[in-house]
Amino acid sequence: MKTVKLLVGTSKGLFVLRATAARRSWQLEGPHLAGRAIYSVAHDGRGQRQRVWAGAASMHWGAVLVSTDDWGRTWDEPQEANVKFPADTGLALKQIWQIEPGPEDEPDTLYCGVDPAALFRTTDGGKTWEVVRGLLDHPHRERWTPGGGGLCLHTIVRDPENVDRMWVAISSAGVYRTADGGRTWTARNKGIRAEFLPEKYPEFGQCVHKVVQHPDRIGRLFAQNHWGLYRSDDAGDSWQDIARGVPSDFGFAMTIHPHEPDTVYIIPIKSDQVRVSPEGKLRVYRTRNGGRSWEALTRGLPQRHAYDIVLRDGLTTDSLDPAGVYFGTRNGKLYASSDNGGSWRLAIDGLPSITCVRAVVLDERKPARRKVARRSARR
Amino acid sequence: MTHVVVLIPTPLRPFAGGRSRIQVEVAKEPASLHDALEALWETAPGVRDRVVTEQGEVRPHVNVFVGTESCRWTGGLGTPIADGAEIAIFPAISGG
Repeated sequence: MKTVKLLVGTSKGLFVLRATAARRSWQLEGPHLAGRAIYSVAHDGRGQRQRVWAGAASMHWGAVLVSTDDWGRTWDEPQEANVKFPADTGLALKQIWQIEPGPEDEPDTLYCGVDPAALFRTTDGGKTWEVVRGLLDHPHRERWTPGGGGLCLHTIVRDPENVDRMWVAISSAGVYRTADGGRTWTARNKGIRAEFLPEKYPEFGQCVHKVVQHPDRIGRLFAQNHWGLYRSDDAGDSWQDIARGVPSDFGFAMTIHPHEPDTVYIIPIKSDQVRVSPEGKLRVYRTRNGGRSWEALTRGLPQRHAYDIVLRDGLTTDSLDPAGVYFGTRNGKLYASSDNGGSWRLAIDGLPSITCVRAVVLDERKPARRKVARRSARR
Repeated sequence: MTHVVVLIPTPLRPFAGGRSRIQVEVAKEPASLHDALEALWETAPGVRDRVVTEQGEVRPHVNVFVGTESCRWTGGLGTPIADGAEIAIFPAISGG
């Protein structure tokens, strides 16, 4: 029997919601890591694990990467902080913004993106982490400027067929790509407008908010920017404006359909000055043709006096068919769709401000080896 | 030898073996707050990364008192420590 778990990071801890594959009603567990801000969460099912990683930040005691193998009942929290900058950098960790498991055949490799902007990598399952020097020492670094959330590396997009190629997104520096496993990085922002700078098309300095890629269409990227909605068909070498038919091209959240490479979801925000749903209507916008057109998804969502905002990792999908689509708002509401976004239900209200949402589909059938054992016993 | 007692706040006691008070000895004389905290980190290494950043600076929302004075006003980590001093670590009155 398949079940779906939603990992919901908030400003005051991590919640886990559970439903059957029908996804009609949700059981809530938590808060785990109560009181700590969870800006990043990831599930790692590689190597026969069911591990959840979370970036847990205390206002007082700093940020640390923690993990659980039992969905939050117990946590592995290291005595010594695991993600930290070397002394020679003069930098101190503020927040862990993104956790990205590495390739399937390297189950002990993970990446995380942090503020101040840097990429960390572990190759021993998270026991030790090293900063990726090629990006840390990038000559552009001294001219990167922080966005509202800090100088954060918030997005990591891997090439699933080439372990040496990866994209990262930094606010506000833009998209950077490596093709040599992180030794060198090049800014990849051609065609992306920086509305807030005198020079509108600089090499870097764009405030990218989210980048997504479908594993069946490697090298085609979609980006939601601080003003601007873009697609790249050449691995980030150039970008085309695809903001036709949306009420605002400002927004944070973006996700891609698990089975349809042309289907992308966004949640537009009124403007950088106002930062609520345009016209008081909470709408998810979906393109099914790679950004040539967009449609509003409103069924089940409030269309009067809805003044919500969804942050960059607050929108996600599951892997079922039809796909579940989920988003959490800063007002603590979690909405769920079990039909590709066609209709929505308020799954839960009253959570702390939601910072990130991730979905995990589990097949909870009994392990096959048990059946084998029973057959053997009968003989 | 300088003898110091460090008071551990409740949220950090899981990183201090559950203890609320830890006595440490500092060989250096005169001793500083930095010396006393270095001795504390040897006893309770998990407390270190919660109180100071990886660059060794007291986190902005953590207060460290020597006696009744915050070290922010007495010379920071260079604050002199007398034999028998009490050091207290508190979360600052901040949050949201």
